Amino acid sequence: MGLEQDLPEVLTTRLEDAVNWARKHSLFQYPFVTACCGMEYMATASARYDMARFGAEIPRFSPRQADLLWVVGTVNHKLAPYLKRIYEQIAEPKWVIAFGVCASTGGFYDNYATVQGIDKIIPVDVYIPGCPPRPEQVLDGLMKLQEKIEDEPWDKYAYEQKVRERENTGLEEEPIYKKMS
Amino acid sequence: MAQDILDQIDQDIHTEPMILQMGPSHPATHGTVRFTLTLDGETVLKCDTDVGYLHRGFEKESENSTWTQVFPYTDRLNYVSPLLNNFGYALAVEKLLQIQAPERCDYIRTIMGEVSRLSDHLTCVGAGALELGAMTAFLYAIEGRELLWDLVEEMTGARLTVSYGRIGGLKDDLTDDFAERWGHVRSRLFELHAEVDRLLTRNRIFMDRMQSTGVITPEAAVSYGYTGVCLRSTGVDYDVRKDKPYFMYDRVDFEVPVGSTGDNFDRYLCRMAEILQSIRIIDQCLEQIEPGPVNSDDPRVVLPEKEKVYNTIESMIAHFKLIFEGIQVPPGEIYSYTEAGNGELGYYIVSNGTGKPWKIHVRSPSFIMMGGIHKLFEGGLLADIIPTFDTINMIGGECDR
Amino acid sequence: MSEKLIEIVAEKFPDAVLDSHSRLGNDTVLLDRDALADVVGFLRDDETTKMNLLRDLTAVDYLHRAPRFEVVYVLYSLEFKHQLLVRVPLEEDDVNLPSISHLYGCAAWLEREVYDMYGMIFDDHPDLRRVLMYEEFDGYPLRKDYHIQHSQPRTELLARERDSVEEFNTYVKHEPAAGSRDQ
Repeated sequence: MGLEQDLPEVLTTRLEDAVNWARKHSLFQYPFVTACCGMEYMATASARYDMARFGAEIPRFSPRQADLLWVVGTVNHKLAPYLKRIYEQIAEPKWVIAFGVCASTGGFYDNYATVQGIDKIIPVDVYIPGCPPRPEQVLDGLMKLQEKIEDEPWDKYAYEQKVRERENTGLEEEPIYKKMS
Repeated sequence: MAQDILDQIDQDIHTEPMILQMGPSHPATHGTVRFTLTLDGETVLKCDTDVGYLHRGFEKESENSTWTQVFPYTDRLNYVSPLLNNFGYALAVEKLLQIQAPERCDYIRTIMGEVSRLSDHLTCVGAGALELGAMTAFLYAIEGRELLWDLVEEMTGARLTVSYGRIGGLKDDLTDDFAERWGHVRSRLFELHAEVDRLLTRNRIFMDRMQSTGVITPEAAVSYGYTGVCLRSTGVDYDVRKDKPYFMYDRVDFEVPVGSTGDNFDRYLCRMAEILQSIRIIDQCLEQIEPGPVNSDDPRVVLPEKEKVYNTIESMIAHFKLIFEGIQVPPGEIYSYTEAGNGELGYYIVSNGTGKPWKIHVRSPSFIMMGGIHKLFEGGLLADIIPTFDTINMIGGECDR
Repeated sequence: MSEKLIEIVAEKFPDAVLDSHSRLGNDTVLLDRDALADVVGFLRDDETTKMNLLRDLTAVDYLHRAPRFEVVYVLYSLEFKHQLLVRVPLEEDDVNLPSISHLYGCAAWLEREVYDMYGMIFDDHPDLRRVLMYEEFDGYPLRKDYHIQHSQPRTELLARERDSVEEFNTYVKHEPAAGSRDQ
């Protein structure tokens, strides 16, 4: 991300659009499937409501190879540390879809065992409610995520720039990139 | 000669078993289970199973809900065949209440239960094939399941988690065109069954991976509490529908497929045969069914009709009390069991006379099979875990409740 | 039909049987705790009963009653098709009872679940630890005095939602996930 900061802005936005276009049409998904929503996930990925036509083709079951984390189904306290670790292992840029009400807000399991929404653990981009959501709803959520990626500015990941702009907080250590002057 | 050289080499090389975690998030395990495997090369020496990653507190939640409010929770137990769980629970509470649902209701429960069982077996076979690499069979099985879910959606309003059963009856009657739609679905299901059969049953790779892997003897299976397809594949002929018939299973004519060797291939064949038998049961039920009421007429249990609720005060009070306080079930306890998709699903219910259950325990076949699954893995190869785990058909919601 | 099961047990173990009934068609026997392993072993092996399938093993918490707990065993015979429920009453402060894991293969796992959810200690159990909850969980969830929403999180949870990737990255610097390289 070093050279692009020196380009004139009109070229950067074109480049952003092009790269975002490529990213949104080639999402490598990691389905973290736990519960009943997994059945609707399977149905969405199958022949009738095909998810492959959106570019989200095969599931990559390694976090190192994926960029879209689908959290499908209820996450309970026993599983929460593993979810966090998997999210950490995915390289950026990464997005998270909370599939189903149990992943969004805990669903109707409001008890000692379940986490009331995975956004208490990891940041979520799109919430798809439903118990379980119909496949059409899932595709709608996926399209919303694609719209979100399309509008994403690149300096979302330019940490040093954001840190410089932030007033009170700041990273104690050196930033990773040092601009060549 | 070669073995002597190998033994000599083995003496000099210091090896020790490797401990491998097949973690909660794994592509080949449907459902979150963790196995801690001790491996010697590729052979599994010891396996420690760790379940509970989908424990959602079903039993505790049901203690805080009225009897009818438990139905959505029972849907999510074995979520591939939710109707069977619903009806098992309704049967258990009806036994405690000592009421009998009308005949038409029992016929419809049999029909919809078998539709659910079809969807369970199709999912199991399809997902099993997917794990072994046969993605085409998976897509055909899911197409069959989608057709069945269209039927279920027409009847109940939802595809997967339906909450269709009620204590003393059902939510709704059969739709008028059910028999006609079933005719279309049925012919397509036969075609899909034949396709999947053609793709898998005589397939060399499939047979090599599934035969002689995950073998269990009949005595061990009974001791470990196995029921359902996993027990019948070993040769023990135990099916609750034939043993202690409930609903309309004693009025229809069907066979129960029984295997012989107890390996994965037998379980797969039993499931494929059960698909055909389920279709047969539904056909016979649709021939025998007569028009009539669907809900029991006991006013302590069933909600009154809507016109009466809005026009007479007694029905309104009855409706109010049934919804807010719940059905007043007399005190007692019962263990009631039906044949769910995976085996014998039992409900042990304790009532203390109020509108909320005091305790509901689910005897889930998946949980008990996970207790004995280390016996199937140990001694086999690491790659045999995948087909074994598939054909056991552990459903996370049922296992961990 | 299987009234005679209760009679067989009462005849062979007259001191162990505290009570029996057949309400709603379920033959039930209340046993004294110490005779449990003998009675169940007899029921499994005897030629006239042959109860070879342990269908279910659970516990009930009757909160305001003494004895507070009852552990329930559901036994079934595949050959003779009869079922018996065996119940063992236990006091609140004395929750030890013998294990039957040497008689049935599935009993070990089911007893672990009863220990996990209710806190019954099974003597001579090969591996008594929690099965559905995690090890650091404190308390027994299905007891009636355990509040349903009393959760014990294993990892830090915010009261609001996490906003962004940067916030997550800053957060994990203070609390890396178990086993990650930053620890």
